[in-house]
Amino acid sequence: MTAPSAADASPPELGLPKRRGVELSLLIGAVLVVVLGYVNVGLARTGTIPHDATRYGAGLGLLALLSHLVVRFRAPYADPLLLPIAMLLNGLGLVLIYRLDLATPGSRAAPAQLVWSTLGVGLFLVVVLVLRDHRVLQRYAYLSMAAALVLMLVPILFPPINGAKIWIRAAGYSFQPAELAKILLALFFAAYLAANRNALAYTGRRIWRLQLPTGRVLGPIVAIWLLSVGVLVLERDLGTSLLFFGLFVVMLYVATGRTGWIAVGLLLASAGAAAVALFEPHVHARVTDWLNPYATIEAGLGPSQLAQSLFAFAAGGTLGAGLGLGHSVLIGFAAKSDFILATAGEELGLSGLTAIFLLYALLVARGYRAGLCLQSPFGRLLAIGLASILALQVFVIAGGVTGLIPLTGMAMPFMAQGGSSVVTNWIIVALLIRISDSARRPLPAVEPGVIARPEPVEGTAR
Amino acid sequence: MIRYIRRAAAFCLVLLVALLVNAARVQVFEADALDNNPANRRLAIARYHQPRGAIVVGKESVTGSRDSGQQLRYERTYKNGPLYAPVTGYASQTYGTTFVENAEDGVLSGTSSLLSVFPLWNDVTRGRHSGGRAVTTIKASMQRAAYDGLGGKKGAVAAIEPATGKILALVSSPSYEPGVLSGTGRAVAGAWARLTSDPNQPMLNRAIRGTYPPGSAFKIVTAAAALDAGAVTDVDAATDTPDPYVLPNTSTTLPNEASGCGNASLAYAVNVSCNTVMAQLGVKVGLRGMLDAVRKFGFNDTKLRIPSGVAKSNFDTRMSPDQLALSSIGQFDTTATPLQMAMVSAAVANGGDLKYPYLVDRTTTSRGSTVSTTVPRTYQRAMNPATAMRLQQMMVDVVRTGTGTSAAIPGATVGGKTGTAQNGIGNIGSPYAWFISWAQADGAVRPAVAVAVVVEDASAKRGDISGGGDAAPIAKAVMEAALADKP
Repeated sequence: MTAPSAADASPPELGLPKRRGVELSLLIGAVLVVVLGYVNVGLARTGTIPHDATRYGAGLGLLALLSHLVVRFRAPYADPLLLPIAMLLNGLGLVLIYRLDLATPGSRAAPAQLVWSTLGVGLFLVVVLVLRDHRVLQRYAYLSMAAALVLMLVPILFPPINGAKIWIRAAGYSFQPAELAKILLALFFAAYLAANRNALAYTGRRIWRLQLPTGRVLGPIVAIWLLSVGVLVLERDLGTSLLFFGLFVVMLYVATGRTGWIAVGLLLASAGAAAVALFEPHVHARVTDWLNPYATIEAGLGPSQLAQSLFAFAAGGTLGAGLGLGHSVLIGFAAKSDFILATAGEELGLSGLTAIFLLYALLVARGYRAGLCLQSPFGRLLAIGLASILALQVFVIAGGVTGLIPLTGMAMPFMAQGGSSVVTNWIIVALLIRISDSARRPLPAVEPGVIARPEPVEGTAR
Repeated sequence: MIRYIRRAAAFCLVLLVALLVNAARVQVFEADALDNNPANRRLAIARYHQPRGAIVVGKESVTGSRDSGQQLRYERTYKNGPLYAPVTGYASQTYGTTFVENAEDGVLSGTSSLLSVFPLWNDVTRGRHSGGRAVTTIKASMQRAAYDGLGGKKGAVAAIEPATGKILALVSSPSYEPGVLSGTGRAVAGAWARLTSDPNQPMLNRAIRGTYPPGSAFKIVTAAAALDAGAVTDVDAATDTPDPYVLPNTSTTLPNEASGCGNASLAYAVNVSCNTVMAQLGVKVGLRGMLDAVRKFGFNDTKLRIPSGVAKSNFDTRMSPDQLALSSIGQFDTTATPLQMAMVSAAVANGGDLKYPYLVDRTTTSRGSTVSTTVPRTYQRAMNPATAMRLQQMMVDVVRTGTGTSAAIPGATVGGKTGTAQNGIGNIGSPYAWFISWAQADGAVRPAVAVAVVVEDASAKRGDISGGGDAAPIAKAVMEAALADKP
């Protein structure tokens, strides 16, 4: 913002700085940290700097620069922390996967992950370039709902992989459509709740201390939610099911402020979880494993995956074993995807793990901050929803691999191996960039003579 | 709405705190228990991630390490494995460690805190020391001489430097290649099964873990007891012993292999190995006096370590007089390890001052700076210096004119004592031929070596002559190597 002249005395508090320079310097820092990590792994494992370190650094720097330029010109008021954090987490994940590749020469995952990350950044650029205003999305609420349902239903037609029917396979690549569906569901929830929140909160029947809305308003949303959760239980993807439910509850609470619903929701959820844990063997095994991770050791069958994960975290201690010097490959299957955090915990220690958690927390907090700054309910709910997806996903998977909650197969956002997850998370960041740009953009100057700005007309159904 | 957003944000904060607290629980508070869980492979991986330190004989390492390329990366190798197996033991990824490999494991594997100059700093950086070296007291030439002398026959040799207690040779035969046990997998398990089921017991370290009836070699101990207790004051005086001797309170007679033992003097009895004289002297000294004497030589000591544990050499603590008589000539329940008998010989050679035997001279870091040194110390005063001098003379006479003439070495004073022990119920087992001795080069200040040799041999004839015949040449070869080794 240029300083306004004395003649048109605009209120100074509207003039939020753009902070693009901050973003650029943080991006440079993120790229440097990642390249340093890459060099560190090479030195620790083979004693030499990887021959492609400069090429790799230049490529990453180019991607960062490109995304920075697009943000600078197309979303100049966007939150300066979002992009560097995403870049740092993604780069760190690549380093960890590359490090694990060195220990498993048979199956290399880093090159594919690099391609997916590039694709993710590409989609990020496309979204920031094409989507000029997040409010446009409100029009596509029902379309996105339908798309989400289709995306979740499609994998049922494909053969299960590792017991879960959540993948589509084509041309050697596999994709988890549910990852994309969560954005679409958040979009639908935001649009629908923004339009109907007053009806949800204040109309309807009062039973004891609970204000129940009329079925006409609540019906569609509960139906969608039940359907999505039902599909997920059928597909045996408990993690995503938990995520959707949490997302639904958080958004409903933010929209209506009715704590009674939260209580009912939690009650329903725990009843459902208990039933699933009892009758579904796949989930039952996860719960017993969580209750005693060392049962297989006591039975003489060797450590379970969760026990191996806990061993890895414990081996890290406070300061970690050092990048490239841990033995988290002992986890075996899924060490690069669901259990990627164990490698971070072992090699970077509690200090490194705390830093990673704080990076995620910062990302979520900036999403919430953008939601708070916005005026329109749709934008608010969308920002809260997208940020909550990240928060819940991090909690579910990080809590799972550290033994806090039963383990559910999910990808650590940005870090874990898995194309669909990385691409989806970049889209989330792109949307948050767009929303925060609107949130921090100064309001148009008030024309003299106009007493009040007309209330912006929101969305569709009222 | 803003209030609800703030509350939702607070909920996210609660999730974050839960994650952090739980991470601290796993990584800090439960870390030690998890690190030491037996199912956690990290300890083993770290242990075998670097080459194991060397065990050194003289100036040369007798061990090595091989990069197996497996998860447990380095495996132990041995140069002259069977020769040094009783010294080194094995270091197996499957079956643990024994002997020096076991006693000095902390230094060899690099985990010992003694190796680090700044222990705290090391905890922070997690730097692991390269394996240190364990320098043994073994002399390669003597070890070789003893091993070749036994030539694969069942038996053992222990040699000690009397003035210090340094173990100069420790040989057990038949031996085995410890390297075959180093790794993991089916081949190792097969080798283990084969070695442990072999009737010849190649993995038994006979020099320190095998116990044999010492037979007439034990008569040196009885003679020391008799002289110290005053049961004999003049070694050349007649002892008033009938031939044959009737064991006290029985009608059993004890014969002699040698002739001229009736009323023989102690000197003569040692020289030709009279059973009757020594049995009667043991009874004369009495159980309490004998127990006191044998204890000073190391018998009945269960805690002797070199630093590996040595099997207890036994002299029964409750016996009737006839049993005491038999025990005093190294029969009945009396047993001794070859190392124990070498200690008997060393005590005599060193004027009665018995030094504590030890096998590891010092440990060093991989770069050669000393970590710890074993200082020679007195084990016990086994006998009076005057008694020791008389026994030295008697042992010298055995080699000069008695049963041990085959051990004589020109240019050196050699003292010895033969022994043959019966074996098995009704003496159906093959007898054990013993020879214990010491040697001092002419002009040297003190004896260079004390040796004990035991050979289990079916071809041995009953009688003292076999100790001199089978075992003495081996002892001679070892002593010659020791004398030649002196600068």
